[in-house]
Order: sequence, then structure tokens, then C-alpha cells
Amino acid sequence: MTAIEPTQRYSERRARLFTRINKLDGWFQVLGLSFVTPLLRAIAGDNPKAQAKQIWQLLGVPVLAIIGFVLLWGNLAPRVDTSLGAIPGPAQVVEQAVVLHSEHVAEQVRKAEFLNRQATRNAELIAAGQADRVRERPYTGSPTYYAQIWTSVKTVFFGFLVATMVAVPLGIAAGLSPTTNAALNPLIQIFKPVSPLAWLPIVTMVVSAVYVTQDGMFSRSFLTSAITVTLCSLWPTLINTALGVASIDRDLISVSRVLKLNTWTKITRLVLPSALPLIFTGLRLSLGVGWMVLIAAEMLAQNPGLGKFVWDEFQNGSSTSLAKIMVAVFTIGIIGFLLDRLMYALQSLFTYSNNR
Amino acid sequence: MIRKLFATTSFIAALSATALQADTFPEVEDLTLGFIKLTDMAPLAVAYERGYFEDEGLFVTLEAQANWKVLLDGVIDGNLHGAHMLAGQPLAATIGFGTEAHIVTPFVMDLNGNATTVSNEVWDLMRPAIPSDAEGKPVHPISAEALRPALSAFADQGRPFNMGMVFPVSTHNFELRYWLAAGGIHPGFYSADNITGQINAEAMLSVTPPPQMPATLEAGTISGYTVGEPWNQQAVAMGIGVPVATDLDIFPMRAEKVLGLRADFAAENPNTVRALTRALIRAALWLDENDNANREEAVQIISSPNYVGADPAVLRKSMTGTFEYEQGDVRPAPDFNVFFRYNANYPFASDAVWYLTQMRRWGQITDAQTDEWFIEKARSVFLSDLFEDAAQSLVDDGLVPADAFPFGHDGFRPVADHAIDAVPFDGRAPNAYIDSLPIGLKGNQVVVGNEVQG
Repeated sequence: MTAIEPTQRYSERRARLFTRINKLDGWFQVLGLSFVTPLLRAIAGDNPKAQAKQIWQLLGVPVLAIIGFVLLWGNLAPRVDTSLGAIPGPAQVVEQAVVLHSEHVAEQVRKAEFLNRQATRNAELIAAGQADRVRERPYTGSPTYYAQIWTSVKTVFFGFLVATMVAVPLGIAAGLSPTTNAALNPLIQIFKPVSPLAWLPIVTMVVSAVYVTQDGMFSRSFLTSAITVTLCSLWPTLINTALGVASIDRDLISVSRVLKLNTWTKITRLVLPSALPLIFTGLRLSLGVGWMVLIAAEMLAQNPGLGKFVWDEFQNGSSTSLAKIMVAVFTIGIIGFLLDRLMYALQSLFTYSNNR
Repeated sequence: MIRKLFATTSFIAALSATALQADTFPEVEDLTLGFIKLTDMAPLAVAYERGYFEDEGLFVTLEAQANWKVLLDGVIDGNLHGAHMLAGQPLAATIGFGTEAHIVTPFVMDLNGNATTVSNEVWDLMRPAIPSDAEGKPVHPISAEALRPALSAFADQGRPFNMGMVFPVSTHNFELRYWLAAGGIHPGFYSADNITGQINAEAMLSVTPPPQMPATLEAGTISGYTVGEPWNQQAVAMGIGVPVATDLDIFPMRAEKVLGLRADFAAENPNTVRALTRALIRAALWLDENDNANREEAVQIISSPNYVGADPAVLRKSMTGTFEYEQGDVRPAPDFNVFFRYNANYPFASDAVWYLTQMRRWGQITDAQTDEWFIEKARSVFLSDLFEDAAQSLVDDGLVPADAFPFGHDGFRPVADHAIDAVPFDGRAPNAYIDSLPIGLKGNQVVVGNEVQG
């Protein structure tokens, strides 16, 4: 009897450990690190063969695929000769990424010098009794690569938030009332497939006609890009919300009738919770669309951001331009991926799905 | 709003009337200036990088623009306070060809700096018609007559002969037209209801933004183009085209790019305009100082990706006094880009008159105008008094010697016949000049449909 106790305790501890690993698994999946779970399991002493197979599937295959892609790229790229030199391989792209970073560092130094000069000037003005002329102005130099990324991310989120605020209420209305749905449906069908590039000139003209102040909270270019994002990323959320709300369990609606719930309570207590998974699916799609649209809009309208960076480099036509553009391509891809993960994480936090 | 704020603060500053001479402070201190990625934006980059703007109390943000239309609209609607403009742009805007707005200039950025490049295919067709010198190199200047075999070859294949230029009222359009017409090739008319500029044209000219010229040439959409640097040397470096004529061959020494400002902005903010002009004069002086000694440093400045961004090796070819035609055929061209010498920055009314005569010649100005009209319009845009004001203050501060500027000039350059067809140009007699040019509208002629009437 006494000999069993430690084994039992041991197996209890093991069971607890595995429950914990399984709990963490949800988070790893959200972060796109699902391969960590079998690794942990293997470390914790689970059947190594089964875990090895999982690790191979989740980690080995993707890593091999990436290595294969890089090798293929490195091998094929130098063979394509453009008028700006050969297509850059992985090494040149990494090199330009480093160059972009060092440009950022150099620009920070210049910024510090600018601010120093400003401080000296302001001190002189105060000493000369001209305190009213003292100004604190932001650095006037060119935006660095990181600044461009930040501008793009800000713009996409602003446009996306506006789209969400419009699309979710409309979607709920369309889902609850077949009449509203019938009214909205033709408009949705017509506007959904419109390319951002078609909206852009109209948005630009409207923004510059309506938003005439020179010193408002947002710059015009920011509004133009953000509204274009809004117009294009509205639809997935709208459609999915309407669908989610419309497909709510009939029994729940009957219950709400029996309990004589008012509309607001009905929406917050019944409709939203059951429609949330689909709303989030819509939001995820919307953010993805918004990000793609934004790059195109920035490129065409020459609004600050990653799209303008790509176009400027294309126009520069220097021997390093293609490599810099490729750095931007990877940046855009990785940020798009991170945005998607972010929405997925939010979705897992807010919805009661089957795996929770 | 900002402007009002600054006006108020400078008013307060004026009241406090200290030894700092408050009334000379710029009314607007934070400026956004637009530019196109061309080497002749160098005065702006130099004035920024060498701190001339800050010396004048100006805080300037330089913004690259996608094309000349976007840039002009930016200045007109106030997104930009001013810009690096084609000399023809303020003139055309003021007379209402294209978007109408009164744009003025107190400062000419440079003289010359453009060239015409043809694709390798066209060059091979042209080359037999061009005489060679002792070393077997083509003799310059090359007349557009040599283009005739290429035009016939294209016509035989049923292909249109397309050429690119950067803007309907750009120097490049007028130079390309001048060169073609001097060689007997019709570049096409504009009319009141057809502004493609291809009426009766043998060579079809259309607009392509400067940085896209090499790519468009390579794609075969156009067979040649006229553009500023570095885009001709870029074509040579890329091995896709051969420059055949620079503006030193075609019509040398006239204003190329100017600092364009809205007239009301210039009128309301005289101190800002003076400060801006002072900073740019100093930058231009630095660019030409000691026989182009600083050009190498200038190349390094503008090769930064936020300015022109092309490779220094390409920029260097035109900025440092040489020009490469065919690969390896490098010839001296010390005056290819002039930023300060020959009174380059002075807004000569006669240069403006020349642009207006070309607009009339090709029908952009649809109807005949009097000599007085040409001169009055020229003087309302090229504001030499603003330039002289800024120049005088630089002289007073001992920054530039007084003999560097033609103070009190009447604005007309001496009559010159150094154009490729040797037709003399007298800015005081624009109509006589228009009538003396080979192809083009003369007298009271107007273009109706596809016909020249009158």
C-alpha cells in the first residue's frame, strides 16, 4: 500500500501538469506557436513518439518549407536581370533591412541635434526678452522606416474602427429585421466588390472639400487613407454580423418573448453573445482587407505610410531600391499576420466557442 | 488659423520692439515645400541640410510629390506652402491653361538640366543619318532630322511614334517640340477643345512622370523622352536608351525650375518670402561656388532616399560637369546644371515671355495676344523685385558680394540666337519671334478641329 502512494502522487502531479499544458495550448495557438505544446509534452514525459510526430508536423515542416523557400529564392533571384540590376536575394534584403534601421538611428541623431538647436534658440529668445516667440516644434526631417510603419498601422486601425462602428449596428439591424436586410442587401452587393482605387479619387475630393481646416486634429492624407480603408473593410463585418444575428437559435428568441425582454436587453443578452463568433470572423476578414487596401491607397495617393515608401523607392530607381521594396513586402506581410493573430486572440477572449 | 496666430504673435513682437528688429521675422515659420525627384531640387535639399532655412528662422518640411499635377494642386489648395515648379507652371496657372490660380515666383532654381533620350531601337535607326567625327563618335548637336528614318520605319510597321515629356507646360514639352520642329518634324497642336497636343502630330507626345520615364521607355510604351536628370543618365546606366540632345543644344540658358508660391501667400507674408529666397540664394551659391567644388557633396546629399534617391554614380554624371551619351561617350558639360552662375536665380521676364511664346506657338494659348499682354503676364509672375529685395538684404549682411546680382535689370536678356535653329529671340517682341519660327501657329491663326485657320 505504502509503495503505491508516491506513484499515485506522481501521476496526480503529472495529470495536473498536462492539464496546465493543455490550458496553455489555447494561448500558443492564438500566438501562432502551436508547436510549443508537443514540445512541452515531450519534455514532461508524454509518449515521445507521438509528440515527435506532432513536432515534426507543427515545427519541422514549416521550418523546412521556409528554408526551402529561401534557398529557392536565393538561387533563382540573381538569374532575373532587371534594369535596376538582378532581383535581390535574401542576403541583400537583410542588408537593406539593416540599412533602413541604421538610417533610422542616424535620423534620431539628427532629430536630437534639431531639438538641441531649438532649445538653444529658445533660450536665446528668452534671454533677449522675446519669450512670446518661443516655439516647440516637432522635428521637420523625413520620416524613417519605423515612422512609416507606425503611420500605416495607425491609419488602418482608425479606418477599421470606423468601419466596425458602422458595420456592427447595421449588421445587427439587418439580422434582426428581414425588411432592413432586404433594403441593405442590394447596396451591399453593389459596393462590396468595388476596388479601393475606385473609391480613392472620390474620397480625396470629398475630404479636401469638406475638411478645409489646415490645422485640424488629423491631416487630410490620413483621413483620405483611413476613409478608403473604412469603405472597403466595412463589408465582411456587415455581412457576417447580419448572418450571425439572423442564425440565432429560434428557441432563444422565443424565450426572450416569454420573458418580455426589451430590444436592448435582447440584443445585449441574447443576440450579441450568440452572434459574436461570426462577428469576430467578419472583423478578422475586415482588418485583413483594410490592411491590403491601405497599402494600395497610400501608394496611389502618396499618403505617408508603407505604401508611399514602396512607391518612393520604386521612383528612386537606385540599385538598392528593389531590396528595400522587398523589405517592405516582408514587413507588410508580417504586420498583416500579426494583425490577424491579434483579432484571433480577441476572438478567443470574447467568445464562448466549443474549445473553451 | 495658423497664419492668423503668427500674424498676431509677430504683431505682439513688433509692439515689444526690441533690438531684434521684430518686424523682419517671417510671418509663417513652419513651411511645407513640395518637390519632384530631380537633381534640380538640389537648392531645397542643400538649404535644408546646410541649415540655411533654420538660419532664416524657417522650419521647412520637404515632401516628394508623385507628379507635377499633384504638386501644383498641392500649392493651389494650400497643402503645400510652395514648391519646386516647372517655370511654365506658374505662367500657365496664371493665364488659366489647366487649373487657374495666380502663382508667382521670386526665385529661379536653375538653368538648363534637361536632355532628350531615345530608345536603343530608335538610336540604331537614327545613327546612320548622323555624321561621325574623326574618332567615330556622332557629331553634336544632333538634329531631329536624323529621326526621320525612325519615323518612316515606325509608320511602315503601323506603330505610332510615342514620346514622353513630363507636363503639358513643362520646359521638356517645349524643348522637345522645339527640337522636333527645328528638324522639320511636327510635334502636334493643342486647341481649345483638344488638349492632348497631338493634332497633326508626327510624333505623339504624352505625359509620363519623370521617375517613371526609364521604366516606360523600357516597356516600349514610349520610344523617347525629354526629362531632367538623373533620368537620362539612368537610361544610359541601365543600357536602355541614348541621350541625343541636351537643352544646351536646343535652347540654352533659360529658367528651368522656379520656386512657385501662391500670389496671395507671397503678398501676405513678405518676410517669409524674403527669408525663403535668401536661404535658396545661399544654397544656389554654395552649389556653384569655386567652380562646382561642392557638387560632389551635393550629390551625396540628394542621393539620400528622401530626396532624389538615385545612385550617386548616376547623379554624379550630370551634377559634376560631364554628360554621358552612349555608354562610354562622356563629354564635358560644365553648364549642364547651372544653379547660380550667369545670374541664374534672377527671374528674367524675357524667360517667361519665351515660355508664353511657346504656349502660343503650339496652341495652348489659343488666340493671338499683343506684345504688351505677353510682357505684362510675364512680369506678373516672375517677380524680380522680390528677388532683388532678398538679394539686397544678403548683400547688406555681407553674405554675398553685390556684383553677384544684376540689380535694377529691366528683365530682358540680350537678344540671343544660340538656339539649335539659330532663330534669334527678343523678349521685347514676342509676336515677331513667334512669326519667325518654322512650324507653329503664327499671327491670328487658330486651330479648329484638325485644321489651322487664319
